[in-house]
Amino acid sequence: MFTRLTSRPFTRAFTAPRQGFVSLRGYATKRYTKDHEWISVTDGIGTFGISDFAQKALGDVVYIELPEVGKSFAKKENISAVESVKAASDIYAPVSGEVVAVNSSLGEEPSLINSSPEGEAWIAKIKLSNPAELDHLLDEAAYAKHCDE
Amino acid sequence: MIGALRNARGLATAATKWSRTSLYDFHVQNGGKMVEFAGWEMPVQYDGFGVLASHEWTRAKASLFDVSHMLQTSWVGKDRVKFIESLVVADVAALPVGSSTLSLFTNDNGGIIDDTVINKRSENGLYVVSNAGCAEKDLAHIRARLADFQNKGGDVDVKVIDDMSLVAIQGPKAVNIIGELAGSTNGLKDFKFMSGREMSLKGIPVYISRCGYTGEDGFEISVPHSEAVNLSKLILESPDAKLAGLAVRDSLRLEAGLCLYGHDLDDTVTPVEGALTWTIGQRRRTEGGFPGASKILSQIGKGAVVPRRRVGLIVMGAPAREHVEVLNPADGSVIGNITSGCPSPVLKKNVAMGYVANGFHKAGTELQVKVRGKVQKAVVTKMPFVEHQYYRG
Repeated sequence: MFTRLTSRPFTRAFTAPRQGFVSLRGYATKRYTKDHEWISVTDGIGTFGISDFAQKALGDVVYIELPEVGKSFAKKENISAVESVKAASDIYAPVSGEVVAVNSSLGEEPSLINSSPEGEAWIAKIKLSNPAELDHLLDEAAYAKHCDE
Repeated sequence: MIGALRNARGLATAATKWSRTSLYDFHVQNGGKMVEFAGWEMPVQYDGFGVLASHEWTRAKASLFDVSHMLQTSWVGKDRVKFIESLVVADVAALPVGSSTLSLFTNDNGGIIDDTVINKRSENGLYVVSNAGCAEKDLAHIRARLADFQNKGGDVDVKVIDDMSLVAIQGPKAVNIIGELAGSTNGLKDFKFMSGREMSLKGIPVYISRCGYTGEDGFEISVPHSEAVNLSKLILESPDAKLAGLAVRDSLRLEAGLCLYGHDLDDTVTPVEGALTWTIGQRRRTEGGFPGASKILSQIGKGAVVPRRRVGLIVMGAPAREHVEVLNPADGSVIGNITSGCPSPVLKKNVAMGYVANGFHKAGTELQVKVRGKVQKAVVTKMPFVEHQYYRG
């Protein structure tokens, strides 16, 4: 549904220049970082996690360090860590903002990150302090291209 | 997430400067993800078979590893035992024919150059296996001492075995698989842990030792290069056998409390500090005769001062890995460091090995570790973390 909306040129004519039309309409904007995090934003709250590409490269996830609710992070600040048997990988905040929720089921079931990295295994929700940052992230097509490089 | 994925991107890139074992093509055909290790292109894991699944398979059934990158040497000559004893802490003279032992090459400062398994293969020769990562260093050391020994009239020669591959089959089903290939009628009941023999596996001549690096029962098989693929295929005909790569070796050996040279042991660590005093033969403790003997022997016995000791730890919270600091809970001071650590798939706890200052090394001692700035509890724990399954008859 998201894709069909953006592919229809006439809807762009109604875009409010600053915030991006989809967040005004309340639809989720999904973006990716070059570091393989994804973020899906609805009404100023971004749910993020790591991409399917990332979980494949990591292998079996056995531990995840969740950020504290209420803590604020700058974009690209170290916000979490995901561990496989062999190594720990840092995760960076895709956008700046305050953590308003964390996915505590990941504590019990870290392997969810492998089975549902872009769905059930969301890591945390951030209240965006600067929505314009989203414009600098990759959309799905650009991210897919980035992974192929 | 940068580091892990950048390494992942590098997996597929081949470099002709690395060596390949006789099983390279076989690994690739079987979905092996090839990476560089100690100058060799080795499979880190296989497509569709994660590290956790491979780890569990090894402990329940049997895993086949290519370890041909390790250094195999043959020591011959009338004075071979005298010569090797001038380099290692083992009592090789007392080793029965057909038996093997873990030992250590030491340097003049009492530090460990490499760990090794020495097999008294026959009345005429020794078969010695040591780490791939130390091959150049070991050979340079051995050759220098050899030249000296030969100049003094010693009758010995040490040759690199370069016409044999080495594979390991590890897990409770290994004995059934090898027994079947050997046409054994007694389930290899007389083939004990840390012994070796020549065998024919479906017509393939091999030298096979009952030992390994996983804590499981299993075998390491020295097989001609030309037969390595055939042997591997024969082993994999069993539904209980699966190929396993380098990644899973680390979690298996760590659960088994086995050291990884270059991490848990290095040339600044003495055998006593490394909790490997048991490798020093009784006779060698009185006679010495290995490099660094006076320093090492001064650390054994009443009143001996051992500044640090290798211990096992179970760590709460996030896994504590190499380089993590170990702290004294009383005052937060640094009293040691982790040298290996990972989440244990069997225990579902974080296990680690490291060095702590003397006095903090007793089992049950509560310590702390600092992971990513966070202080976490740790407790000194006896190793192995997971019981060994060695076949002792």
